[in-house]
Amino acid sequence: MNQIRVSEKGSVAMGAPLLSVQNLQVEFRTAAGVARALDGVSFDVRAGETLAVLGESGSGKSVTAQAIMALLPRAIGSIVGGSILYHGIDLAQRPIHEVRKLCATDIAMVFQDPLSSLNPVFRIGYQLAEPFRRRLGMGKKQAWAKALELLKRVGIPDAETRISDFPHQFSGGQRQRIMIAMAIALEPKLLIADEPTTALDATVQKQIMTLLADLQAETGMAMILISHDLGVVAQVAERVAIMYAGRIVESGPIRDTYDYPAHPYTRGLLDSIPNAAGMGRQLTPITGSPPNLLSLPKGCAFNPRCPSVNDLCRAQVPSLRQPEGWAASHSAACHRTGEVLAHA
Amino acid sequence: MRDAGPVLEPLLSVSNLKVAYPIRSSVLRRVVAEKIAVRDVTFTVAPGETVGLVGESGSGKSTVARSVIGLIKPDGGTIEFDGHDITRYSPRQLKAVRRQMQMVFQDPFASLNPRLTVRDLVAEAWRVHPDVVPKGDWTAAARDLMARVGLNPDYSDRYAHQFSGGQRQRIGIARALALRPKLIICDEAVSALDVSVQAQVLNLLQDLQHELGLAYLFISHDLSVIEHLCDRVLVLHHGAVVEEGAVRDIFDHPQHDYTRSLLSAVPVVRPWAVPERAELLV
Repeated sequence: MNQIRVSEKGSVAMGAPLLSVQNLQVEFRTAAGVARALDGVSFDVRAGETLAVLGESGSGKSVTAQAIMALLPRAIGSIVGGSILYHGIDLAQRPIHEVRKLCATDIAMVFQDPLSSLNPVFRIGYQLAEPFRRRLGMGKKQAWAKALELLKRVGIPDAETRISDFPHQFSGGQRQRIMIAMAIALEPKLLIADEPTTALDATVQKQIMTLLADLQAETGMAMILISHDLGVVAQVAERVAIMYAGRIVESGPIRDTYDYPAHPYTRGLLDSIPNAAGMGRQLTPITGSPPNLLSLPKGCAFNPRCPSVNDLCRAQVPSLRQPEGWAASHSAACHRTGEVLAHA
Repeated sequence: MRDAGPVLEPLLSVSNLKVAYPIRSSVLRRVVAEKIAVRDVTFTVAPGETVGLVGESGSGKSTVARSVIGLIKPDGGTIEFDGHDITRYSPRQLKAVRRQMQMVFQDPFASLNPRLTVRDLVAEAWRVHPDVVPKGDWTAAARDLMARVGLNPDYSDRYAHQFSGGQRQRIGIARALALRPKLIICDEAVSALDVSVQAQVLNLLQDLQHELGLAYLFISHDLSVIEHLCDRVLVLHHGAVVEEGAVRDIFDHPQHDYTRSLLSAVPVVRPWAVPERAELLV
């Protein structure tokens, strides 16, 4: 039996990445042609670290998560190149059922819409106990007790009675707490949260982000936080990767990236956010709209919307590189990084 | 209870609005109880002014908007528009009023008929109100409106699905402008848009206001958008107004606990630059 059971192997060496995605390429075959949803995406996540993946709709942030978890829509989406190394195992090469097995215990995911991810006809307790029973082979009673423990841990009030309720009886924020409880049930090493708070009100959003940060501090798990909202992740993430049209256009420590954006897209995103300083004045949005992946512009995908575009940008795709004289961890995929930084 | 705003007659004045949804018994559909969605809401919107309604989901923001435009019959209170009490207007009477009052919805795709071209979508309102634009001028007028909201007029023969989310919202705005209204109600009009596109649409709304002297009733759960766009703001909580005032006052000196908790939950883009947020950083 060549089953992969990483969790028993012990922990990774200090400093080595827990998950290392290298040059990942994903394609979707659609009726209108082949769309390259991810093109050369590379990033590392170290144990205990939070990486924020930011981007607008269609930038490939969710596809990245789906590729890691082997959740790409089977008929049309597939990994066509690159590797996803987890503990030395290349998830991109393994058959789907093996990856799923690994994901059950080591990598967990929280989705945007908790109501459609919970089964409406089973009690919450049953659904929470499922991973314990299926993966760890616990008995009914023991698993139920574990489920109750989880429910308390994610802050559902009156957990003893609520555990027998059905998903529709909970509020949106509580449902997301339940999803998080299910995700952390088997103490994963890596939690991927795909827009975990997008459907929630601001006050609830803050509670959920705090819960995720607290759980991370307790368990020491790594987290990939996928979002379109630059503000939501700023409080909890250490590093950030900005995606545009299937590529990472800038990555680095979140403070460096927000304070000194080296890619015009990052700068544009930051300038687009309404804030108190610019009240009543016009915002400075990015012109145009995100590109169609089926017909990407030549050269840098951002060039039709870029304020500092030149001929090189229209001819050659820029690779991710470090701006001169910058910290090793901050890099941007822009031919004109020098000019963009000079604007600051 | 108004601040020293413009001394104009209010365009819209809502007083003591109450809306309740009936809760019916399962078999006989008899009304057994009612759920009060909005209670005792009072506010005015002056010509050319932007008033924001904020609150969490279920706070009654959309109910207020829908009763102002006549989609819901209020159970109490009065709604005056342009000097007329429209609370008890019949559908026929409302038709004339709605010309002055238009709405832009959250999901631009769901609110656009997929079988109509942009030109027909914009001209649809003129079919209902034939005296606004003579039929022969529909195409030209629709192209004008498209240009005004930042759409390429050459695309007037395309269908809604051929446009991106931001462009569809521009179509929705063009439709709202077609009858030259005085008031536009924006119900979460920019909430579904990406940040960069959202900024474009917010700018467009501001430009149109300056050009055409429009008043907006702007509904959003996003406080930073409200802060950016609005002159005055009402904070709704469980169907009641807990705080009302000039946007600067509310955001700088919130009086009510609920407003404070709402404001403290707004994500800050650079928390390390705000002293009281920096200490919470992990």
